[in-house]
Amino acid sequence: MADATISGGMPAGREARPVASGPVLAADGTPLKASLARSLRRQKARALLLIAPLLLFILATFVLPIGDMLFRSVENRIVGDTLPRTVAALREDTAPVPGEPAFVALYEDLVVAEEYKRHTQLGTRLNYEWGGASSLFRGTGRAVARFGTDVYTDQFQDADPAFEDGAQWAAWMADEAVRAALPETADAYDAWAQFTTEVGNDDPAEEEPGDMVYAALHRDLSAGAQPPGLPAVDVTGFETVSIKELLIEEDDAWGEPEIWNVLRLYAPAYTPGYYLNAVDLQKDLDGVSVRPENDRIYVTLFVRTMIMSLVITGTCILLGYPIAYLLASLPMRTANLLMILVLLPFWTSLLVRTSAWKVLLQQQGVINDILVWAGVVSDANRLVMINNQTGTIIAMTHILLPFMILPLYSVMKGIPPSFVRAAKSLGANDWTAFWRVYFPQSVPGIGAGSILVFILSIGYYITPELVGGTKGVFISNRIAYHISTSLNWGLAAALGTILLAVVLLLYWVYDRLVGIDNVKLGG
Amino acid sequence: MLQASQTAPFVEFDRVQKSYDGQTLVVKDLNLSIPRGEFLTMLGPSGSGKTTTLMMLAGFETATHGEIRLGGRNINDVPPHKRGIGMVFQNYALFPHMSVAENLAFPLEVRKMDKAERDAKVRRALDMVQMGQFANRRPAQLSGGQQQRIALARALVFEPELVLMDEPLGALDKQLREHMQFEIKHLHDRLGITVVYVTHDQTEALTMSDRVAVFNDGIVQQLAPPDELYEAPVNSFVAQFIGENNTLEGIVTALDREKCVVRLDSGDEIDAKPVNVSRVGDRTRVSIRPERVEFNKARLRPDAHTLRARVEEFIYMGDMFRTRLSVAGNDEFVIKSRNAPDQVRLQPGQEIEIGWLPEDCRALDAA
Ligand SMILES: Nc1ncnc2c1ncn2[C@@H]1O[C@H](COP(=O)(O)OP(=O)(O)OP(=O)(O)O)[C@@H](O)[C@H]1O
Ligand SMILES: [Mg+2]
Repeated sequence: MADATISGGMPAGREARPVASGPVLAADGTPLKASLARSLRRQKARALLLIAPLLLFILATFVLPIGDMLFRSVENRIVGDTLPRTVAALREDTAPVPGEPAFVALYEDLVVAEEYKRHTQLGTRLNYEWGGASSLFRGTGRAVARFGTDVYTDQFQDADPAFEDGAQWAAWMADEAVRAALPETADAYDAWAQFTTEVGNDDPAEEEPGDMVYAALHRDLSAGAQPPGLPAVDVTGFETVSIKELLIEEDDAWGEPEIWNVLRLYAPAYTPGYYLNAVDLQKDLDGVSVRPENDRIYVTLFVRTMIMSLVITGTCILLGYPIAYLLASLPMRTANLLMILVLLPFWTSLLVRTSAWKVLLQQQGVINDILVWAGVVSDANRLVMINNQTGTIIAMTHILLPFMILPLYSVMKGIPPSFVRAAKSLGANDWTAFWRVYFPQSVPGIGAGSILVFILSIGYYITPELVGGTKGVFISNRIAYHISTSLNWGLAAALGTILLAVVLLLYWVYDRLVGIDNVKLGG
Repeated sequence: MLQASQTAPFVEFDRVQKSYDGQTLVVKDLNLSIPRGEFLTMLGPSGSGKTTTLMMLAGFETATHGEIRLGGRNINDVPPHKRGIGMVFQNYALFPHMSVAENLAFPLEVRKMDKAERDAKVRRALDMVQMGQFANRRPAQLSGGQQQRIALARALVFEPELVLMDEPLGALDKQLREHMQFEIKHLHDRLGITVVYVTHDQTEALTMSDRVAVFNDGIVQQLAPPDELYEAPVNSFVAQFIGENNTLEGIVTALDREKCVVRLDSGDEIDAKPVNVSRVGDRTRVSIRPERVEFNKARLRPDAHTLRARVEEFIYMGDMFRTRLSVAGNDEFVIKSRNAPDQVRLQPGQEIEIGWLPEDCRALDAA
């Protein structure tokens, strides 16, 4: 038989026709590549125009929010922005509780932050890391306005009335030579002038500067500064106060290392802190450590979310496969009817269905009543099927089942009956024909359904919230909590990002094991 | 071929009926005996019940009435996998997730054959269809013709005595098809198996089969060897269905055992062989093969009736000339003549006289 005509390769010597050197030219003499690109460009432009609305929509509602989420999960500029002087001072001073200069910087930062009402936000942010931060900042912020630093103000004004005059101050502070001689005073005055203009809507030249400016002037002069043009004041005899003592007096916490550690750890503009928190770790001065036992919740939640999603996917396969098989093999009319039943859940609200499960599953609910009536369980031992993992699994399996059935059905629909018939004609009994021939061909449907169900369930929120109790909630419930209740968006973003990463990782593993081209949504 | 020597039929359909919907019979009273070793083809138009008959034999459809026997045993209640019948499907039905070798090993595996024997048989079957080097390919990586061969090898590898094929060559191009026809026939002769073959390509049926069963409307219209089918169709359906055919309609005016005279609707009279007419006055449809029509008067019998005809169209077909005539009111009357040096090429518009031997013109039913 002349097999070569059907299967044989090319005869030797014919495969490689030598091509003239240089680029292939089109009819008009331009290189063929260029003229092809030109003709494709219009086509591409039109295609782009067609998808532009969707592209913009996706960009605005999907890519940007995800980008923002990724950014928020590491972003931490609030500490550096609110306490710039403190952060700078702490870079110099590494003692567990720093010395006077860091306290002075903190005092000035807090005065400014209090004016702008930013200190409470900072307190809230730091409270995620250290429990007492919120009240500490709120309390201290309120106190710094009436701190004992007015002793300097009074002494300077007693020494020379020029120090009372806002216009005089403005003139001094406009003089470069004065500013160079009094760096701390200049800095404090600028900060004071800024918030006086921005917050108080006043002209600094008509106002007497705040206490912190006089305190800064005292520090500059004590350090031996000789500003030109200012009244000569001998500050050696001045009564002084220690700002460190004042702050510790206000709140003992300033005298302990914890808050200073937190400030040091979260000073940088970007932090891995949220991620560490999201996997039950914490940052401390020697690196990273595991959180205390009773603070660890997220790893457990992640693991639970994964396991329960797998279980739900599994039950969906077990329940959905026979239905899909039936759908694919029944005559059209009956199949359509059954299909409507499958799709019925889509036509009722998720909330209604979940609530229905509450009615059915609770201890005084329908199912327990029937079981008690049938004598399967005693009245005293009614089954607990809701507000726990069982409830979540039952309700979510029901809700996600169509997502398993539909791809399975369309894949099964595409398996011609002749395959099973061929298997049987070759001697396979019903089971072997199914298992060796039909089932392997339906695997792409299982794959597609599993991906859908798993990914949907891993991020499911409403149902676990309603029927999951405390033991049956998912990581997404925690994310929702941080978004809407604790307002710790950074942590929510970190949790969400980890979830996203886990899904992508699983997808990759799945691709490795099953092959993503083995996934079909239709025959 | 064993067909003559074998007395007991191997496959037997005994008054088999089949209805899918309980209203219409798709197969009506099928009686068919197939001796061991025969190549029997079921030929018929679409929807005539060929596949249904085959599926009943394979066990995938149950007969609503009647008995199907295999080797003398009633197999009505034997499930398909216990019938031991090889089958080749139109779309080949090669398992896409298995390699070629695994496809072939499948029937052996389910028969619990040990691996060494299995491998040997698979190799032998692949060599039989010249596909030895493709053992590790997936079906999707094969051409249509190659898949066809694998399907054939798979149906034969477990050495069934009966092989069913449902339009196995339907998806192939003409050249490959003819090649495979030859190969299947060759395998049949070599292995001595019984083959029931379904097709609606009449050339295929005529060239391959020992006998052809022409199906129409759930009934076997004629069961005969190819030459008999072509030359002696028993009714006008078969005459029309097999090969090219000219028909003329009229009424029988004289009738004896060997010959009858038919007066056509145009008034002309012709001679014919009575096949499906029983008495003078019956309406009939006479059928003449194009290549049996003669227009050279010298070659006709002197007493033969002739008809006047006008040439409408002359088509040159290489080995043949095909000429369309207008005869007795039928302008689709075709004659074929061999392209020989002395052959006349008729010109459109030319008036000629045509005739034939009375035994080539068969008076059939008028339906
Ligand atoms: N599963 C079925 N249910 C109902 N009717 C059917 C079924 N299978 C076939 N039929 C009907 O039975 C008749 C015969 O069908 P069958 O498939 O046997 O024809 P066939 O001769 O094989 O035609 P073809 O040459 O087109 O394959 C057709 O009218 C068809 O509509
Ligand atoms: Mg058919």
